[in-house]
Amino acid sequence: MPPTIDIDSLGFDAGAHLVVKLALGRVAVGEVLEVRGQGEGWQGPLAAWCRSQGHPVAFEDGGDGRPCARITRGAVQAGRWRGAAATGAIDPGADGAVRAEADARWGLAARGATVEAGSPAFAFRLTRREDVWADSAATLYAEAVAAQWNADTAIDWQAPCDLPDEVEDAVVQVMTYMVENENAALVVPARFLGQLHPHFREVQALLAIQVADEARHIDVFTRRIALKGRQPGLSTAGGQASLKTLVDEPDFSTAQFLLAVLGEGTFVSLLNFLHHHAPDPVTRQIARLAARDEARHVAFGMAHLGQHIALEPALLARLGNAVEARYEHLAGTSGLNEEVFDALILLAAGSSEPAAIAAGYARVQELLQDMARGREARLAKLGFQGESARRLASLHTRNFM
Amino acid sequence: MTQPLVMGAVAYAPKVVTIWEGFKAWFRDQGLEFDFVLYSNYERQVEAQFDGTLHLAWNSPLAWVRAERMARARGLEVAAVAMRDTDQDLSSVLVVRQDGPADRTALVGKRVGFGAIDSPQATLIPLDHLRQAGLVAGRDYTARRFDVLGGKHGDHIGGERDAAQALMAGEIDAAWMIDGNYLAFANEGVLPSGATRILARTGLYDHCNFTVSPGAPSELIGRFIELLLGMSWDDPAVRPLLELEGLRAWRPGRTSGYAALDRAVDDEAFYDAEGKILAADYRY
Ligand SMILES: [Fe+2]
Ligand SMILES: [Fe+2]
Repeated sequence: MPPTIDIDSLGFDAGAHLVVKLALGRVAVGEVLEVRGQGEGWQGPLAAWCRSQGHPVAFEDGGDGRPCARITRGAVQAGRWRGAAATGAIDPGADGAVRAEADARWGLAARGATVEAGSPAFAFRLTRREDVWADSAATLYAEAVAAQWNADTAIDWQAPCDLPDEVEDAVVQVMTYMVENENAALVVPARFLGQLHPHFREVQALLAIQVADEARHIDVFTRRIALKGRQPGLSTAGGQASLKTLVDEPDFSTAQFLLAVLGEGTFVSLLNFLHHHAPDPVTRQIARLAARDEARHVAFGMAHLGQHIALEPALLARLGNAVEARYEHLAGTSGLNEEVFDALILLAAGSSEPAAIAAGYARVQELLQDMARGREARLAKLGFQGESARRLASLHTRNFM
Repeated sequence: MTQPLVMGAVAYAPKVVTIWEGFKAWFRDQGLEFDFVLYSNYERQVEAQFDGTLHLAWNSPLAWVRAERMARARGLEVAAVAMRDTDQDLSSVLVVRQDGPADRTALVGKRVGFGAIDSPQATLIPLDHLRQAGLVAGRDYTARRFDVLGGKHGDHIGGERDAAQALMAGEIDAAWMIDGNYLAFANEGVLPSGATRILARTGLYDHCNFTVSPGAPSELIGRFIELLLGMSWDDPAVRPLLELEGLRAWRPGRTSGYAALDRAVDDEAFYDAEGKILAADYRY
């Protein structure tokens, strides 16, 4: 006796096809399922459904005066999945879950899904795990999600902020410079995000939230510029030339090295400086929140490069060369905009009194040393030996980012 | 370049171009030169099967009936050589509202919705079904036609959908549709769940076929059929073409599924025995 189901008076205008489909799923290809029903004219839609799904069907007398449909399960479903691709697994920690090379034809499928043969090839450029991966990506993403902040409530925009005009101007100039740099920090991961194979979902998520972080930074720096009704200040050719080398860098690891390890790492120092020495509470709060985000961006860059260099030691030399090349490329530019440098002094001074300026100047000197020490430490951690770490740290762009 | 096999098809929707361009490329990859000519209606396509333009045509069942009549009148022969698995053993259903007529006899004096004047599945075969049961349109009930795109032989789903909507709006008492469209309209919500009943179902019939024109080069036709029947659903390069054309496998042609339509063509005076168009209000 073949398996039998009774759809009773359930109509094909009410989901009867699904009952039949589920029952057929429990029958082997070529085997028969009997279906009884008692609505009016249910045979027509059943036959139509079977036809569309490739299951032969015949009707006969069910013995009790009711018709009975004999459906033979067809091979169409099985045919569709012949030659389908396995695409790893969900848990990135499991063996074989994240493949060394993601196939273009896996396309947008969830990692671990079964992908039909004949699916279109997507032109994702970043398909090799070692080129993009960091084991800590998932953890860093989770931390980033937990650390998201709302600029409306996390910052007290009403806090007293009545600075002398020239100090307010200095703050606006520094913020103008920050926005420009944050634009680079947003565009670079955003570009790689669109080229990254979705198989590397954890890295994809991390880059996406990093882009969101940078959008928030741009927003709060812009709001600080507008706080007292000002428009943005100056943007120099040298500053933009320096940032353009980041935006133009096609290699993911090199871009992570230049942007995250050297640039954003340096920015953490700058943001900490602003957190401690900015003349008004709004700027100090903004800097504190942004510094926390930047520290995560640096952490991903360090994690990725640590793993990539371990797999491919020659990468270290390539990264060193990239710093040298960028230095040469920028040799003809003026580097950090003088306006920004002076604005930092004034901002840290809080007034144009000579004594205050002297204090501000000393703090900026300290900042520059702190930045250089940080870069050197990170370079050493990645495997650059003593003198070479010191030298590369010193060659880093005078624009900071 | 060798002479290609030239096929006619009716462009009842934009996707027809995609379908046959796909088949053309595939046939060419298999070493068969193949080209197609698109027609806006089946009447002109069938006529082109007799003037040397087409070696074969992808014909609706009604176009097949006409081609066969025209061939017979000229002492020639046409052949149905292949068809879709999904075009065999179809039926049409007569749908009423839950509170509508209880059975066929209750249709007397009612308004019954049909599809386009030239639709085999939603007009001609259903008219035949009711006539066989003693019910004649205009005499026993009022036929309301939902005409969309004349000359496409009902390939366009729009007429049947309009009829289903009119049924739910209470403008008619019953509506005919092909069984597959009943499912489609239920899925779309045009026929709300539980709101309708199926009052009657036609006998089984067949739909489209590849009709070979009289005098077509038999070697090319033979190669065409061989390739067609060899198309495998399991082949990822072929599957998209089959999916687009709505089939799982091509089957050898058969002509056993056109009897009810052939009878309807006579009873409703659509074509004469020589394939001349009789239906007065038929525009295409
Ligand atoms: Fe940022
Ligand atoms: Fe950043």
